[in-house]
Amino acid sequence: MTSFWSFWTSIIILGTIFGSLWLLYIVRKSEPFKTETDQSVGHEFDGIEELDNPMPNWWVIMFVATCIWGFGYAILYPTLGNYEGLLGWTSTGQWEEEVAQADEKYAPIFAKYAATPIAALAKDSEAMKVGQRLFANNCAVCHGSSGRGALGFPNLTDDDWLYGGEPETIKQTLLLGRNGQMPAKGLKPDMTNSDVNDLTHYLLAFSNRSDDAAAVERGGKMFQTACVACHGADAKGVQAIGAPNLTDNIWLYGSSAAKITQTLLHGRAGVMPAQEQALGQEKVHLLAAYVYSLSQE
Amino acid sequence: MKHEIIEKNLGLMIPLIVVAISFGFLVEVVPLFFHKDMKTPIEGLTPHTALELEGRDIYIREGCTTCHTQMIRPFRAETERYGHYTVAGEHVYEHPFLWGSKRTGPDLARVGGRYSDDWQRAHLYNPRNVVPESKMPAYPWLFTAKIDHKVTADKMRALRAVGVPYTDEDIAGAAEAVKGKREIEAMVAYLQQLGTVLKNK
Repeated sequence: MTSFWSFWTSIIILGTIFGSLWLLYIVRKSEPFKTETDQSVGHEFDGIEELDNPMPNWWVIMFVATCIWGFGYAILYPTLGNYEGLLGWTSTGQWEEEVAQADEKYAPIFAKYAATPIAALAKDSEAMKVGQRLFANNCAVCHGSSGRGALGFPNLTDDDWLYGGEPETIKQTLLLGRNGQMPAKGLKPDMTNSDVNDLTHYLLAFSNRSDDAAAVERGGKMFQTACVACHGADAKGVQAIGAPNLTDNIWLYGSSAAKITQTLLHGRAGVMPAQEQALGQEKVHLLAAYVYSLSQE
Repeated sequence: MKHEIIEKNLGLMIPLIVVAISFGFLVEVVPLFFHKDMKTPIEGLTPHTALELEGRDIYIREGCTTCHTQMIRPFRAETERYGHYTVAGEHVYEHPFLWGSKRTGPDLARVGGRYSDDWQRAHLYNPRNVVPESKMPAYPWLFTAKIDHKVTADKMRALRAVGVPYTDEDIAGAAEAVKGKREIEAMVAYLQQLGTVLKNK
């Protein structure tokens, strides 16, 4: 704040406090009656009369006390422009203090957890209670409060993993996030609608849901051109690039023929946001243990 | 002292009342108009793109501010959940700012990048598809309605008049940038940039 505005606020605040006291003083001094006389000021309405009695003492005392309180506050806290106040209070200072206190209390706990390997931590019921809270606050919005996911958001409680379910892999996923890339029509953008239909039949056949053997066979050939690079020759997926297993009848984007066709036609791009910056290494470590524990039960 | 003079002359009493109740405004608000921190954008802050700007207007139109604040207060409970507390320099290009004053839903000041675009779309289409406990209304019409690209440039001109540094190229390209796009795209673009300039805790 420039010195002009500092001066401006100080003058108005102090002026208001002392001006109020001055006003009280001169009004009190010029009161015509010092005790209650119930003298009328000369008008009444509906039988209600205005009387010219002195201000009650309790009211005057409270008024003065308020002014003293205000002045004391202005001295102790940063009220008057750039003046910092005797207590040196700031809102960010208060926040830093709160954070420091919490760090002192929780840092040893998180440090202990961070030093424990993820697989061992997943068996520590105390740690998993903390992990469950962290999960509820940060992960449940997409993966559900039970971790079972939703359409487009993976179920974390089964043992079907896009990028791998090893403890360290889970931690990597949390720290750095993941960017799924299923291009529309795979690697064959000139695929016709009938090719897409064949492919759908080929994929449905893994769970015995196709009734068109000829289409399944044609789809199989198409798969070896358009899909094999990511999903592998056996369609069991490649975790290193997050290409899902297509044979286990677990479908992130829906299992119906229509949903599978939609995925083939338009592609998918699932994103797991990186958590390293938001949560930090230690919390991510604990969360990785919690997520790991979900699939171990 | 003759208080009758004041009490019986409304023409005198009204200005005196105005003076008396304006002290709070004069002390707490007026100096901020000239305060350096209130006028200096934080490092890296840029005005909204045309698409984000349209998204912001949809955010206002749909009344998101009624339930969502965009203001993280400097309390640990808030910074733990939402990230770094909000600073004035983040909002110098916001006219009006959308701090809000009531949270039925969570604060959105730093929701940008927190969830995937897919999640934002699924959630806006019907929040209960992804968060079964949610009581937020669904906004399915955002997926069909198109943005009115004819007014985007005018909005940018109006903002430039109050100090947002849009360039002539920004304004010239505004209509093209949003033409034919659906409202959901603008909404997601707006949400995904919220609070991302100042991110660390």
